[in-house]
Amino acid sequence: MTTSTRKTPYRQGIIDGSPFILVIIPFATLFGVLATEAGLSVIETMAFSIVVIAGAAQFTALQLMQENAPTIIVLVSALAVNLRMAMYSASLTPYIGAAPLWQRALCAYLTVDQSYVVGVSKFERAPEMSVQARVAYFLGAVTPIVPLWYIFTLVGALIGAQVPDSWALDFAIPITFLAMIAPMFRTAAHVVAALVAVCVALLAAGVPYSLGLIIAGIAGMMAGARTELWLAQREARA
Amino acid sequence: MIETGTLWTVIIVLGIGSFGLRFVFTGLVGDRAMPDWLLRHLRYTAVAILPALVAPQVVWPAATDGVFDVPRAVAAAVTMTVGLVTKNVLAAILSGAATLYGLLYLLG
Repeated sequence: MTTSTRKTPYRQGIIDGSPFILVIIPFATLFGVLATEAGLSVIETMAFSIVVIAGAAQFTALQLMQENAPTIIVLVSALAVNLRMAMYSASLTPYIGAAPLWQRALCAYLTVDQSYVVGVSKFERAPEMSVQARVAYFLGAVTPIVPLWYIFTLVGALIGAQVPDSWALDFAIPITFLAMIAPMFRTAAHVVAALVAVCVALLAAGVPYSLGLIIAGIAGMMAGARTELWLAQREARA
Repeated sequence: MIETGTLWTVIIVLGIGSFGLRFVFTGLVGDRAMPDWLLRHLRYTAVAILPALVAPQVVWPAATDGVFDVPRAVAAAVTMTVGLVTKNVLAAILSGAATLYGLLYLLG
């Protein structure tokens, strides 16, 4: 990407975040549809998407409320689904921790899977970026994502139309995430981290409250860190 | 039917909780230095969490009620391979989608 250096960080962020438009539109619409089918008013549905702004956690909470689960269970389950956001926050801290508090708060509110993966892969590739450029880039990456999350929640709530199963949109999320992660495998340690995380995720799929994901993530991170140390030691000895 | 009181409790508490999770490190740690061992682990957050998030959906897709599905598994493999080889996100997404729809059409 030879042209990328001439664009402002904000505009580059918009470009790099835009592939996710394809995913956000159907999923925001689906949430709007399901929420109104569950009896939520348009205002309640919109408040849900704007206040919580987390697809998977919203679907989880909605599902459990429909099953009349106790409120505390609804909250614990949905927050467990969102626990990975704390790991994203930790991972972004070395890059944007020096930004003013209000900017960090804004970035925190706007941290979703898509903006995190776009942001962190750019920050890894371009260590020379200033903190201001990183924040601008991050805000650029959410620009094509978050407004569409609101707008298409509203569209779904208003039209209530169903997306046909034959579109296989369930697979839009795995495909876009895999496509985003693939260029991040720069060292053997990254590959080991991913392989360990995948194996543990499959073995721990039965663990309640989606905690298998957190266990798998931590196992993968430990495997990556170990491999990095081991490779560095081997190189030092050679 | 979901009660209005329950609903607003969930929206508000879940909103505050989700923001708290997203802000806990960027907000509270800020630009204080984190120990090397922690930074070393955090370098692998993205490549560990996101594959772990999608792996069960690839092997046991919800759309097929958890039954292993050849078009979805092959589409995931193609996406990953094209992404690794070309380092191009859009090329990976488009080839994965083409594989998925092509195989669903051929096998469906």
